[in-house]
Amino acid sequence: MLLIKNGRLLDPTSSTDAALDILLDGERIAQVAPAMRANSAEILDASGLLVAPGFIDLHCHLREPGEESSETIESGTRAAARGGFTAVCPMPNTKPVNDNASVTRAIIERAQAVGSVRVWPIGATSRESKGEALAEIAAMKQAGIVAVSDDGRPIATAKLLRQAMDYCRALELPVIDHCEDASLAAGAVMREGRQSVRLGLRGMPPATESISVARDIQVCELTGCPLHIAHLSTRASLELVRSAKQRGLPVTCEVTPHHFTLIDEDVGYDAQFKMNPPLGSRDDREALLGGLAEGTVDAIATDHAPHEPASKDVEFDRAPFGVIGFETALALGLELVHAGRISLMRLVELFSRGPARVLGLTRRIAAGEPADLTLFSPDHPWTFRAAESASRSRNSPFDGRRFRGAPMATIVAGQLAFRR
Amino acid sequence: MLGIEPLTAEQITFLLDQSIGFQEIQRHPFKKLATLRGKTAALAFFEPSTRTRVSFATAAARLGADTMNLQAEASSLRKGESLLDTVRTLDAMKPDCIVMRHSASGAADFVARRLEIPVINAGDGMHEHPTQALLDALTIRDRRGTLEGLQVTILGDILHSRVARSNLHLLGKFGCRFTLCGPAMWVPRELECLGQPVRRVARIEEALDDAEVIFVLRVQQERFHEPALPLEEYILLYQLTPERLRRARPEALVLHPGPMIRGLEIDPAVADGPQSCVLEQVTNGLAVRMALLFLLIGTAPVDPEISAHAAD
Repeated sequence: MLLIKNGRLLDPTSSTDAALDILLDGERIAQVAPAMRANSAEILDASGLLVAPGFIDLHCHLREPGEESSETIESGTRAAARGGFTAVCPMPNTKPVNDNASVTRAIIERAQAVGSVRVWPIGATSRESKGEALAEIAAMKQAGIVAVSDDGRPIATAKLLRQAMDYCRALELPVIDHCEDASLAAGAVMREGRQSVRLGLRGMPPATESISVARDIQVCELTGCPLHIAHLSTRASLELVRSAKQRGLPVTCEVTPHHFTLIDEDVGYDAQFKMNPPLGSRDDREALLGGLAEGTVDAIATDHAPHEPASKDVEFDRAPFGVIGFETALALGLELVHAGRISLMRLVELFSRGPARVLGLTRRIAAGEPADLTLFSPDHPWTFRAAESASRSRNSPFDGRRFRGAPMATIVAGQLAFRR
Repeated sequence: MLGIEPLTAEQITFLLDQSIGFQEIQRHPFKKLATLRGKTAALAFFEPSTRTRVSFATAAARLGADTMNLQAEASSLRKGESLLDTVRTLDAMKPDCIVMRHSASGAADFVARRLEIPVINAGDGMHEHPTQALLDALTIRDRRGTLEGLQVTILGDILHSRVARSNLHLLGKFGCRFTLCGPAMWVPRELECLGQPVRRVARIEEALDDAEVIFVLRVQQERFHEPALPLEEYILLYQLTPERLRRARPEALVLHPGPMIRGLEIDPAVADGPQSCVLEQVTNGLAVRMALLFLLIGTAPVDPEISAHAAD
């Protein structure tokens, strides 16, 4: 038994914001009540801390199997725990691709053996994510995937997307798409605009993403299958999602911390600022902040994409896309709270109840629920050092950034996965 | 020397003034100095180049410096060696500076941040070609007596041109006004935001009205990665012909960074005409590059901004 005492409980599902203690019994929550007595339970003093439903990251890359020099399930989930995440959803673009039940099972078994947090794999939509034939989605579902995606690339054709969505609707799996028009993206390394013209780097226009979002929403309408837009980054895409939601379509979306924090003007020739979708304009960032506040955006997801240091220490054109993000996500979200852009409750929702709903799950703090909790300080001062990350990779644009607020304890199935 | 953008007008004027003495040497029967004897310039060209490489090699030779030549697009990079490892190997041979040409924008900046010795950018992707802009400025100043407030027209593929970018930065610092003209996809609106007074026009006739300096850019067929524009269309709409040139001021100068394709972007009669500065540009390239090498690796005290590594 573990008693979490003196914390401020925030639960978006019940709109609870109150001083409540939480008693955990094994893997589940036993009781939520004010000023409980410990009796024989061990006490975790949460004075000054916020206690939230366990955070879920809908979008990450753990690189295992196949690219263990960049990340492993062990190192990646340790970094996730340090970031306050209790469950993470690794994308299927491993080597081999997670496009069949044996790879899915191997990932889940490895996570059970060495993982610090829950690992809920996302399966490939198409075989080897090549965009040709459908993958073995039903078998992967039985093995434990929570969604499908060809992330790293878009679902290749409207026809394949339609097939996948017809199929996944029956399987009750959401389809997640990395929205990108391949012809507009070809050769581009950042967002097209003043900065790309100044730097002489090849840019892609914002329509690269929104053209694909518009296609996907129409296929969603055709099939009725839940559609989730990964790492949404432009105003135009956000407006398409907003209007789809207003029409009652089952469309959701996520935004990454780097897209709501940085813009294309921050890009120089440092490959730590190279990601896909690329950093957008100031106006896009404003739109994303609006979407985070008013509810069009369902979740904050990291798109944690580790790359070993040598692979990023190259010319900007040659560097791979992607940044690590587990350990800085909450602190970057708290920057929005401190700036008055979103409420604390909304931030918690974007990390917990929001991503859970995308997966058709609930996430709340109540007796009988799984004992997955994230405890964080809204004020704790610290500096992120990429060199000290639990990840095997160092590719963060936030190295050396000073933060106010940090994850302080991560509890997964009643066990402490991390304690600052 | 990574780019023109961070330099001030005063620093550019200083570099151009320093080049005057080296212009005189090009006219001298005996052209070799001993100023940089014992110094070595590494020429690292990761992209095919003849003119710029020969110009730097000659500039170094005329100052008495040795050169090390690396033409890497054929060798190590094809074997998978990284740019960083290649230049570190070169650096270990202890040159006094590296002159670098690379197809990736920012490549010179990338190397300069990782090495101690000065790096001279001899062209990085679509970003900058600072010595080209300096030699252009020297040529214009010689003919016109000043760089201040000129009406400058740039014709062609401006988006993909490092020469255009460096010239926009350089001449913009002297209050020049720009007219950009070319196929719309090569003259994006964002060019108006590079900081100078820039207008974009679609018709070449309009672009040439009252022009005092005309840059004709090369049509880079090797960069026709985008759906190709028929060359006949380009000739029809944008070739600089004698008839079109008559719309410019009578004393207008015509510059071309080379290599020039006669009959494509420029009519031979214009290329060989009295307003053409093409051969002066080549000679002035030697003077500018000698001045730069002298300032960067000679023993004279140097303005730290000009020798700056990417310190920020």
